[in-house]
Amino acid sequence: MSPREQFTAFYTILYREIRRFMRIWIQTLVPPAITIVLYFVIFGSLIGSRIGQMDGFSYMQFVVPGLIMMAVMTNSYSNVVSSFFGAKFQHSVEELLVSPVPNYIILLGFTLGGVARGLMVGLSVTLLSLFFTELHIYNLPVMVAIVLLTAMLFSLMGFINAVYAESFDDISIIPTFVLTPLIYLGGVFYSISLLPEFWAGVSKANPVLYMVNAFRYGVLGISDINISWAFTMIIFFVVVAFLFSLHLLNSGKGLRQ
Amino acid sequence: MTSALKIRQLAKQYDGGFEALKGIDLTVEPGDFFALLGPNGAGKSTTIGVICSLVNKTSGSVEVFGHNIDTHFSLAKQKIGVVPQEFNFNNFEKVIDILITQAGYYGIPSSLARQRAEKYLKKLGIWDKRDVPSRNLSGGMKRRLMIARALVHEPELLILDEPTAGVDIELRRSMWTFLEEINQAGRTIILTTHYLEEAEQLCRNIAIIDQGVIVENTSMKSLLQTLQKETFIFDISETLDLDFALGGYGCKVIGENNLEVSLAKEQNLNALFQRLSDAGLTVTSMRNKSNRLEELFVNLVETQTDDKVEEAEEE
Repeated sequence: MSPREQFTAFYTILYREIRRFMRIWIQTLVPPAITIVLYFVIFGSLIGSRIGQMDGFSYMQFVVPGLIMMAVMTNSYSNVVSSFFGAKFQHSVEELLVSPVPNYIILLGFTLGGVARGLMVGLSVTLLSLFFTELHIYNLPVMVAIVLLTAMLFSLMGFINAVYAESFDDISIIPTFVLTPLIYLGGVFYSISLLPEFWAGVSKANPVLYMVNAFRYGVLGISDINISWAFTMIIFFVVVAFLFSLHLLNSGKGLRQ
Repeated sequence: MTSALKIRQLAKQYDGGFEALKGIDLTVEPGDFFALLGPNGAGKSTTIGVICSLVNKTSGSVEVFGHNIDTHFSLAKQKIGVVPQEFNFNNFEKVIDILITQAGYYGIPSSLARQRAEKYLKKLGIWDKRDVPSRNLSGGMKRRLMIARALVHEPELLILDEPTAGVDIELRRSMWTFLEEINQAGRTIILTTHYLEEAEQLCRNIAIIDQGVIVENTSMKSLLQTLQKETFIFDISETLDLDFALGGYGCKVIGENNLEVSLAKEQNLNALFQRLSDAGLTVTSMRNKSNRLEELFVNLVETQTDDKVEEAEEE
C-alpha cells in the first residue's frame, strides 16, 4: 500500500472507532461523567471539606487531576478492549485481517480510537469539575503530553487484553482485579507523602502513580515524583506495549488459526 | 501467463495435531470459474483461510497473480476478495458503512467507496437497505451484502466459500447470474459449495479435496465424461410388479409407478425407451436420480475413504 492508501486505511479505522463509541454515547460517554461527578460530590465536596489542605491545595483541587486521569485511563482501556474483542467475537476483525492494511496501522487505528474516547471523557470531566472548583493550569504542554501518553498506554493495554481474551469474562477480569487497585492506589486520592516510608516506596512501583502525579504537576505544579522520570517511565511503557501488541498482531495470536 | 492462484505443497497442521492439508498443489488460471469441492472437514475452508491470511500455514507457498502472500502480502491481498462461509460483519453497522469501511481498508477514499458501494448494492438488489443495520437483514440479504463487500475494492480474484448456503432457489439463481456476469467480465472466481448442481452449472474447472488431499483436478467437461453410469427415475402410467426386471439394465421398482434404471456409459436412452415401450410401459416423465457431478463426487470421496480404511487395516 502506498503511504496515501495507508493513511486512508488508518483514517477509516479511527473514524469507525469514533463512530462506534459516539453511536452508543449513552453507554460510553455519559456513565463515566456521572461517576466522576459523584466522586467530586462525595470525596471532593462532602468528605474533602473536612480533610482540609493537601500539599497546599484544597482537597477538591488536589483530587480533580487524579479523577480526570482516572476517567481517561479507564475509558481508553475499555474502549479498545471492548471494540477489539467485539470485533473478534463477531469475526468482523476478519475484514481487517484479509485486507492489505499493515498491522501497525491496525494497531494505531484502534489505539487512537481509545485515545479519542479517553480525551473526550477527560474533557467532559474537566468541564464538569469547573462546577466544583477552579482549575489553574500550571504547565499546559506537560498536561497535554501526559494525558496523551497515558491514554495511549491504556489503549494499548486494552488491546493486549482483547487479543488474549476468549470470553466476555476475560475482558472484565483485568480491569477489576488489576487496573482498579492500581488506579485507586496510584495517588488519585492522596499524596504518597502521607504514607509510611515503606508503603511510599511500594507505591513507586505502581506506574499509575507516575501518570497521575505528572498530570497533577501539569495542573497544580505539585508532584510526589520527578517529572522527567515520570515521562521516561511512561514513554518506556508505551513503547514496550506498542511493540508487544504489534508482535501479537504479527503472530496472529488469538486471531489466526 | 501468470496464474491467478498458484499453491505449492501447502500443508496445515492445527495445534491439536490435526492435519487439515497434506501438501496440496493447485493452479487456477486467470478468468477461470473454478470449483473447489469436498465433504465437510476436507480442507476447503482451511485452503481459503490460508489464501486470505486467516489461517497460518505450516508449510508451502501461495501466490496470487504472481505475488507471494508471505513476501508481497499487500499486493497479493489487493487482488483478493473473499466471501466467507459465516457472516462476519459488524451487526450494528449500517449496510453502506460496512462497504465504505471495507473499501477504506484497501486505501480507497470515501467518495469513490460510496460510488462503488452504490454500484454493487444496486447490482445485488439491496440498495434500498443501505441505511439499515446489518443485523436487520434477512439471511439472503446478508449473503448479498458479503458479496458486495468482497467486490467493493474490485479484486481480480473472488473467492466464495459456500455463498448460497441457506438461500432460496430464486435468489440462488439470481446470484448465479450475477456471478456469471462478473466472471464473463474477466474476474477469476473460486467457488466452494455443497450444491453440486451449482458447481456443474457455473464452473469450468474443478478440484476435489478430501482429507487434506486433492483427489481430482481437471476440467468439468472431462470429469463429467468419466461418469461410468447415470441413474434415472421414470414415472410410469401402469402399475409395476415389484419383481419387474429389464434385461441388460440395472433396474429397481421404487414405487408402484416409479422405476429406477442405471444406464451404463455405452448404453443410450433411445434403446431404453424402446425396451420400456416393448414391455408395455408408458413413461410420463423422467429425471436424474442425482446430479451427474454428485454421482462422481460421491464415487471419488467414497473411493478415497475406502483406500484410507484399507490402509488403516493393513497397519
